[in-house]
Amino acid sequence: MTVLTRQNLGSFLAKQGILIAFVLFMIGFAMVNQRFIAMDNISGVIRSSAILGVIAIGVTFVVIGGNLDLSVGSMMSFSTIVVLDLHDKIGPGLAIPAMFALTLLLGAFIGFLVGYLKLNSLIVTLGMLSAIHGLTLTWSGGKNMDIADKSGTWFSFFGQDRIMGIPVPILIFALLAAVLAMVLSRTSFGRKVYAVGGNGQAATFSGIPRARIVFMTYLISAFCVAVAGLLQASRSLGSQNTVGQGLELQVLAAVILGGASLLGGSGTVFKTVIGVLILGFIQNGLLLAGLDFYVQYMVTWAIIILAVWLDIAAKRGHLWSPIA
Amino acid sequence: MAMHNSKDMIKQGGIWVFILAELVFFSIAGHYWSVSNQAFMDPGNMLLLLKQSAPIGIIALGMTIIMINGNIDLSVGAIFALSAVVLLDSLSWPFMVALGDWALPLAWGFALLTGVTLGAINGLIVWKTGIDAFIVTLASMLGFRGLVFMYNGEQPTSNLNWTLVDFAEAQVLGLHTASWFLIGTVVVLWFVTTRTNHGRNAYAIGNNREAAVNAGIRVGPHFMWNFMLIGFLAALSAVVFYSESGSVNPNDGMLYELWAITAVVLGGTKLAGGYGSIIGTLGGVIAIQLLRKGLGHIGADTQTVNLVIGLILIAVLFLDRQLTRKGKEELKI
Repeated sequence: MTVLTRQNLGSFLAKQGILIAFVLFMIGFAMVNQRFIAMDNISGVIRSSAILGVIAIGVTFVVIGGNLDLSVGSMMSFSTIVVLDLHDKIGPGLAIPAMFALTLLLGAFIGFLVGYLKLNSLIVTLGMLSAIHGLTLTWSGGKNMDIADKSGTWFSFFGQDRIMGIPVPILIFALLAAVLAMVLSRTSFGRKVYAVGGNGQAATFSGIPRARIVFMTYLISAFCVAVAGLLQASRSLGSQNTVGQGLELQVLAAVILGGASLLGGSGTVFKTVIGVLILGFIQNGLLLAGLDFYVQYMVTWAIIILAVWLDIAAKRGHLWSPIA
Repeated sequence: MAMHNSKDMIKQGGIWVFILAELVFFSIAGHYWSVSNQAFMDPGNMLLLLKQSAPIGIIALGMTIIMINGNIDLSVGAIFALSAVVLLDSLSWPFMVALGDWALPLAWGFALLTGVTLGAINGLIVWKTGIDAFIVTLASMLGFRGLVFMYNGEQPTSNLNWTLVDFAEAQVLGLHTASWFLIGTVVVLWFVTTRTNHGRNAYAIGNNREAAVNAGIRVGPHFMWNFMLIGFLAALSAVVFYSESGSVNPNDGMLYELWAITAVVLGGTKLAGGYGSIIGTLGGVIAIQLLRKGLGHIGADTQTVNLVIGLILIAVLFLDRQLTRKGKEELKI
């Protein structure tokens, strides 16, 4: 038995703080409004978090690898527009793989720039945010994209149907999370991602192909973005060009909330999912408590600062920063 | 910083060569493809360009010091919006109405104070908690935006004051008010970064924080001052712009942080800190605005602008890396 000293308590809180906060929030909201824990409400929240969640899982890989991806929002707009446009031209059966191929191509381009050319990921993805937005607008000519025959297509399956009473987006979200969590924690590739993000130079010296690992993390991120684009397109069967705008920073907020360090080398898929769910449930809980939607922004602000602060305070053993 | 060798010359001068190339290209291309009869280099057109550069430009200049310092500020768009709301809303407060035109400088003061306060909040959190500025300002980007919505819901805040509009549209020596504010900001910040202790310390801290601490520089207060400065500049940008337009939507200013960072990086400032110049950022701001105007001038669609700017940003990064690497024996994999 470990003695429960202050230090132990501190590191326990820091490690599991995000889970504890999550549980406390759930209990609090449930006490304010019974509807919060109703099954249909919970499934509704997870379903609407699925798109953000799917992207956040992919970005988790990139962040653990020590990089950032600010292009995911505009990349999701791209894949949504592309799949909707191709749906009416070549049919859904071909449109989906075509969209995946194009999105992966974008991911490969970013991965090449950041991995092999070793350019700064923040600026590369910032540039790609703008460039992909331009691509999307060129593709659509600036117009909204709509499927002509909305009731006669099986394409709505991914975003709107249910299997055994569970909405398909939730199933896809869960499946992707499970698979990628395994990849990250159980495979040698996953260990290499941590190694590259934790100490890139040491990883290189121990023979890990740093460039290829970074390249792969961006491919995974692009794949997740394509899945999210599919969910988004299938749910609404029509879209604006800016559907994913601003998503990149929300995704980062969820990943950080899950405890991943922006310096790389730490974080897990499970914790990112918790981060996503916390954001979703807080939004929902505050609305059900009768508060306006903007309150969630300020609550999210406070939670991110507190979560990260607790985390680093536990690591350095002091609450306040040593910066003079 | 002094230009030590030819490589620095290329880096610092690069943006101006690029601007020159843009001017030449669009003048020639515009001769054949332009939809209007007006020449691209028309003086009126160029003066307008300076005015249109001002809102992002003033913010980008502040971002330069933040980035030289080794930090980043993602909340400037939200600060911009909240300051604009305070400016326009304060004009309708009863005691302000009673003051007549004397309320105008007071309203400007309130808006600027809002910006400084929000910046101080960011700076204080970065200083006292030691959380990375990227995370702190990412979070406050959401939080400050929440404050904007709290003020007026999803309604726009409007208050068109003709005295303010006249002031904003006034031209002195051919330059609009906004252009003067941009130039003024450049001069002041150039002086601060190159001629004061504060500026020298900002470079030192960004270059090597440990060494700066050991040299006795108080890092925290420097961070704090710089975040207050960029808060002030985001608010200044807002008061100049909204004095003229008179109406602010709660979503205004979104993505401004990314545009500002783009301009700063184009101007040669390093994300890692310790390197960069105010004049370079001015070049970056002008280059982007020239590109927008030029592509419009030769009849290209607006979407091309996004594509081109994004790719140029990456190309600049690549070239910069090539120039930097030659000197250092960097690990090649």
